[in-house]
Parts: sequence; C-alpha cells; structure tokens
Amino acid sequence: MKARVTVTLKTGVLDPQGKAIEGALKSLGIAGVDSVRQGKVFDIALSGSDKASAEAALKTACEKLLANTVIENYRVEIEG
Amino acid sequence: MKAAVITFPGSNREGDVAKALRQAGASVIPVWHAETKLPAGTDLVVLPGGFSYGDYLRTGAIAGRANIMDATRAHAARGGYVLGICNGFQIACEAGLLPGILMRNADLKFVCKRQHLTVERADTPYARAYAKGQVIDVCIAHGEGNYIADTDTLARLEGEGLVAFRYCDANGQVTPAANPNGSQNGIAGIYSPGFNVLGLMPHPENLIDGLTGGTDGRGMFESLMACRKAA
Repeated sequence: MKARVTVTLKTGVLDPQGKAIEGALKSLGIAGVDSVRQGKVFDIALSGSDKASAEAALKTACEKLLANTVIENYRVEIEG
Repeated sequence: MKAAVITFPGSNREGDVAKALRQAGASVIPVWHAETKLPAGTDLVVLPGGFSYGDYLRTGAIAGRANIMDATRAHAARGGYVLGICNGFQIACEAGLLPGILMRNADLKFVCKRQHLTVERADTPYARAYAKGQVIDVCIAHGEGNYIADTDTLARLEGEGLVAFRYCDANGQVTPAANPNGSQNGIAGIYSPGFNVLGLMPHPENLIDGLTGGTDGRGMFESLMACRKAA
C-alpha cells in the first residue's frame, strides 16, 4: 500500500517561507495569487494490506514525529 | 558538578560547551545520543548547539526523539538540570521539555553576530552570577530562532516569570530593532516551571575567554557550579 501524509501549518501561525514564496510568485507575474502557505508531503510505502491498521500507524507517526502539533496539522491518505 | 554533554549526529558545539563547563569547574562526560542511560550521578544534561540530523524534518525534531531523551526527560522530571543551547533549545522544545517551538527567522536569514541580552531574573540556578536587568554581550548563530508559543502558553511564561533572557540593544532596551529573529516578546531563552531546565538560542559558551571576544557567557556556567542536585 502507499500512503501520502500532508503536513501544513495551522491557521494563524506565521509562515515566513510561505510569505517569501508568495512574494516570488507575484514578482514572476503569476496572476491571481492571494497568499501562499507552504508545508510538507511524505509519500510512504507500507507493507501489509489492512487499511485501518495502516491508518492508525500513520496517525501515531504523525503525532510522534512527522508533525509538531503545536504549530502543524496533518492529513493521512491511503491509496487503495 | 557532573555534566553529561549529549552528542547527536550533526552536533558541533559539544566541544566548546565542554570547555566552558570545565573552565567553571565541572567534570564533563560526553554521552552519545543512542545511549539509554545517563552516567550515574549526572547533575546536568547539556544539549549542545549544531545541526542535529542536518535540521531535516524540523530543527531538533529527530534528535528530540533520540534514545537518550527518555532518560533526559526523567532527569528533568526529578528536578535535574537540563541546559539546551541553540539547536539544544530546539531539541528541548521538540522533546517536550519546554513549551513552544523555534520557527524560521522572520526575515528568513541565518543570523550570526554579537547580540545583547537582558537577564530577566538572577535568582535561578543559571543566572545567579548575573544581576537582574544586567545587559550581557553574547553571540547568536541560527536560522530558526523565532520563538513561537500559543497565546495561553506565552501568557503563562510571562505570568510565571519563566522568560530567562530577552534580545535587547546595548542599553538594555527590548525593541523590535534589537530583535534578530522575530521571537515573540523578544524571547531569547525560557525556563521550565522549576527553573531546572533552560533553553536559549544564544551561545554563552562562545564568550568565556577574553582572547576570543569577551567573558559575559561565563556567568551561566559559574552559576550552575554553585548548584548540586543529585539526579
């Protein structure tokens, strides 16, 4: 199985990198950019085929390491 | 005083902090991060500066989950001293020893320079060699020193007097212009509620010898030597 974990900053947390990227996109003349928040994506290959236990394991992985829940939210998606 | 200096892959200030500790009279034991126990009789655990695990994932995140951190948390819970400097402060936050997190500097630049700090209180194990309100001249060198905590945590830190040092100008004024990284309230370092854990971004260990720029950092190590608490 394959999974994708997405980690993003919580609303209200200052994101200087996102701001810099936003400024760069605007300076490139990309139309219609209001704001940018940056984050991380983890593509994870999983052994086993039980979706529920994989989801539980990945939730633990997020809580223990992949996200700092003081400032970040996470989302786990498991592919068929 | 017996000090265990933890080395993680990518630590690079363990030698300097060991020198500062020895100069003040401590016996220093280097400890590898994969160990599960601290040396018997450890009074102080030092998490040194550097770039543990190349700052991958988040600064201090992977080191904060190292084997030795369980023993370090237990040591802190018993009232033992833990000092996190720079990357060590980031590790202490990621390990849950201190609240909040160090984010990317507000202007996105790595900052490496001399910096004045105010000593917020001098009645702690780390600052008794200083005077309350004293302005000290130390060094900073970091890309992620922007201290962030949620509103409640920040109010608690301020209300309980847990801010150890703030960035200031040469006259001791805590101003936005004197803040090198965007930290909330100019926070450069914080204590745990028991004052036994200190995390700070500046490097007091850089300023222990007049030959290399000053001695304002010595006070922290000398303060600690006056404290002896069995682990």
